[in-house]
Amino acid sequence: MTIYKYFFYFLPLLFVATSCRDDELVVPTEYDIIPEYPADGTAIRGFYLVNEGNMGSNKCTLDYFDYFTGLYARNFYAERNPEVIKELGDVGNDIGIYGSKLYVVVNCSHKVEVMNARTGIRLGQIDIPNCRYVRFHRGKAYVSSYVGPVLIDPDAPRGAVYEVDTLSFNITRKVSVGYQPEEMEIVDDYMYVANSGGYRAPNYDNTVSVIQMIDFKQVQQIPVGINLHRLKKDKYNKLWISSRGDYMTRPSRLYVMEKKKGYNSMIVTDTIQTPCSNMAIKGDSLYFYATEWNNFTASNTIRYGIIDIRSKKIISDYFITDGTEKEITIPYGIAVHPETGDIFVTDAKNYVSSGTLYCFNKHGRKKWSVRTGDIPAHITFLPIMPKL
Amino acid sequence: MLSPSLLFANEKSDTTARQLNEVVVTGRKSTTDVIPVQTLTGDELNRLNSNSIADALRYFSGVQIKDYGGVGGIKTVNIRSMGTNHTGVVYDGIELGNAQNGQIDLGQFSLDNIESLSLYNGQKSEILQPAKDFGSAGSIYMRTRSPRFVKNQNFHARATIRTGSFDLLNPSALIELKFNENVRASLNAEWINSSGKYKFRYRRVNPAGELAYDTTAVRQNGDINATRLELNVYGDIKSGSWNFKCYNYNSERGVPGAIVNNVWRRGERIWDTNSFAQGRYTGNFGRFTTLNHIKYAFYRTHYVNNDDKQIKIDNLYKQKEIYISTANEYDIFSWWQLSLSYDFLWNNMNADVYGFARPERFSNFVSTATSITLPRIKIQASLLGTFIHDRLEGQLAPEDKHILTPAVFASFNPLRNTDFSLRAFYKKSFRMPTFNDLYYADMGNSCLNPEHVSQYNIGILYDHNGNGFISASRVGIDAYYNHVKDKIVAYPKGQQFRWTMLNLGSVDIRGVDVSALLTVNPLRDLYLTLRAQYTFQRAIDVTNPADNYYRHQIPYIPRNSGSAVANASWHGWGINYSWIYVGERYNQQENIRYNYTQPWYTSDISFCKDLSLGKVALRILLEINNLLSQDYDVIINYPMPKRNFRLTLSAEI
Repeated sequence: MTIYKYFFYFLPLLFVATSCRDDELVVPTEYDIIPEYPADGTAIRGFYLVNEGNMGSNKCTLDYFDYFTGLYARNFYAERNPEVIKELGDVGNDIGIYGSKLYVVVNCSHKVEVMNARTGIRLGQIDIPNCRYVRFHRGKAYVSSYVGPVLIDPDAPRGAVYEVDTLSFNITRKVSVGYQPEEMEIVDDYMYVANSGGYRAPNYDNTVSVIQMIDFKQVQQIPVGINLHRLKKDKYNKLWISSRGDYMTRPSRLYVMEKKKGYNSMIVTDTIQTPCSNMAIKGDSLYFYATEWNNFTASNTIRYGIIDIRSKKIISDYFITDGTEKEITIPYGIAVHPETGDIFVTDAKNYVSSGTLYCFNKHGRKKWSVRTGDIPAHITFLPIMPKL
Repeated sequence: MLSPSLLFANEKSDTTARQLNEVVVTGRKSTTDVIPVQTLTGDELNRLNSNSIADALRYFSGVQIKDYGGVGGIKTVNIRSMGTNHTGVVYDGIELGNAQNGQIDLGQFSLDNIESLSLYNGQKSEILQPAKDFGSAGSIYMRTRSPRFVKNQNFHARATIRTGSFDLLNPSALIELKFNENVRASLNAEWINSSGKYKFRYRRVNPAGELAYDTTAVRQNGDINATRLELNVYGDIKSGSWNFKCYNYNSERGVPGAIVNNVWRRGERIWDTNSFAQGRYTGNFGRFTTLNHIKYAFYRTHYVNNDDKQIKIDNLYKQKEIYISTANEYDIFSWWQLSLSYDFLWNNMNADVYGFARPERFSNFVSTATSITLPRIKIQASLLGTFIHDRLEGQLAPEDKHILTPAVFASFNPLRNTDFSLRAFYKKSFRMPTFNDLYYADMGNSCLNPEHVSQYNIGILYDHNGNGFISASRVGIDAYYNHVKDKIVAYPKGQQFRWTMLNLGSVDIRGVDVSALLTVNPLRDLYLTLRAQYTFQRAIDVTNPADNYYRHQIPYIPRNSGSAVANASWHGWGINYSWIYVGERYNQQENIRYNYTQPWYTSDISFCKDLSLGKVALRILLEINNLLSQDYDVIINYPMPKRNFRLTLSAEI
């Protein structure tokens, strides 16, 4: 029998069918052309979008769109900063521009990455454990964190807000707040922080922490609703705060806080009878969407709407007017162009594949859409800056 | 007619003869099997540079191993891309269970006392087996060594110590006793201690070829401290035999976790206790044969996350299992057998997790099978009925499930000699949603349906054993089509990384497995064995044309994979070289550049020397793994070790 001959034919076949390993490349940026032009006399150069990436995947990526070139750059960070070991990190959670610097909060890499806002080149990082959101005020960046510096109760550590100097990137002050703080805003030298208590389910936190900025002390915790998340201020210095609910019996809600005439402290004045997952404010309109799981239909119920921030009434049950909302599986981020009023909505799909960024004009008609990284979520607009 | 444990009873008890013999008779177990089977036994298993069962399984075709790296890392097996939960893992005749997540961590099973490891596509080619064994889409059978004695010997012992990289210290001992002609016992104990530390390297270049970064770090928190104790008693009685086994595994492990930017160490730890006791009774009364099993198992997992940057977790999971099985076969004629089996399985699970439903599951399995053996045709057919009832604490349980799954297997010898055969099978099977899928706090979905798989396989086998220059040669080719429907996938639920489980997925799998073996005997006492296997798989997601991964290869399934092993033995000296190749894969559903994972291939080499000092037989084994020190990830962000060593010394009397 000559079967053994075939055996020797078979072995090289194995090698032919197989391909070899190459050097691992820093993943290059991909570009898409977007049919978009800068408005006359615009002060906006473009925007950055943070893709969160699924936990453990280290796939937090940064996309950039430039109105002047019309190019959408996907995965912008790694190519600009090839020397950074393991790239941008694991689970991006927020983004902000202050002065000439771009800040990306990378939650599971426990750091805030600081870049040159114009070039995307890394300037440094600020190590903050389990950091969530970033806001800016008078030359300082404020970062909320799920775990505070003082572990009074090691089983349920309180969260904290860190104050970071935007020149030296040093942490200058920190303050303990409620449990698992999320978004925050500063009004009249007081910071308001939405506490979620997400690590304590079902005993969620239900308060907004008030921090006096002068001495950076928590002066009050105002009960609002359980499992708070978003907190946005409008131009009348009102606060719009979303509660996630407990995902079971207590639904998500949107609350309004404002100061009573003659008083310095905020009180809850209104509860808008709508669930709210995220919102963006432009002019007197608050654009929001809500994604809620329905156990009976085993599907997500998605709702969009516009609220007039003066009357606090829902004035429209949709802001997408051309039916595109049917294409969106999980809306995950929202932003409104401060000049044109274009509305941006991201679709995170199944969280483990590329998402989509949709751009609608102010009348809610789709202008364009583009593929993003995994879980596109947070957008910040880049103003035109003089070259340094 | 052979029961699983009798099947190997005709092995020679003379050790030296056995060693030589085993080199020869490895690989596919020839034409007696209607169904594709791959087996590794004894010595060959020893020399294959394997730290665990999972490492040895890499040499089988059609198999993908998920390996999170290191001595204590989780290792699971997936047969023909159908999913880990469709794989049955059978330890000494009884399937291992994990009602919690349906996956068996093969990293927890030692090779120390394993005598043979077999992989069956479809099911084992026997009709006398527990009903549950007809249920998996593919199965792995691990069989531990049964006591063996040469004439007039009543006592046999072996002591082994392994040491090497990862600060490994792994002593084990085996004692075998013969009480009388009918009762034998063995006691096997093992301790594994390792820091799990190893160097790994991440190196990237930019498209211009310039170095972007190159960093080498030490894997942390991958330590393991584990003990295993196993007691076996074997007995022969008039027209039958019995066997009783106690097993206890205890371990404390660090969970090394994903390496991501700015995170090089994590604080998760797991304590596992797996204990079970099982018994078997086989009786043969003329045309009637009976095979009976009973088992009680207790599994305890304690998971702690000590990372002060993350949520504190301290959870205890407990599972219990009771299993009773009776399988009975009747020979209507010498060429026609019929079997009837019934299994009862009870599982329960308790976890101190908020909102956990404390489920209890009652499963009844009834199977009937028949086997027809004609001179040139063999046919086996089976039908399994599965009846499942869940009970929950304080909640309405989902509806009971009743499912019938058929299977048909056939083989045909077209030529007059038995060397060449054709075979084909069709099988339907399913997996139940696990307790986690159904009832895990917030994430579980009690409306889930079982996930179904249909398999179609055709194959040819050439198998020849001779006495000349070529003492054995074998080539087998199987082509298959599998379809997975109602695949249970995690689906995003509302905002905030919340998931639920849905019967959403659908996967089409087309594949070819090729395996070949050749043993030559060029000189007296010099045996050279070559084995090679190659797998091609196109496993695509066909769930929804609107998905941007529609018809893309599913995650972590390479299109091409294979291995080659060359092994020589001469007068107590042995050398073994093995090469494993896993082709390019994607680490997520979308086949795009950002999800691309490079192929990896490792070369392992081992040297072995057997000595005898009077009555004591000594063996020295030196293994060098990942000889070329390739830096690779099997799972993204879980780096694998660079070159590493292991030295084994064993003494046997």
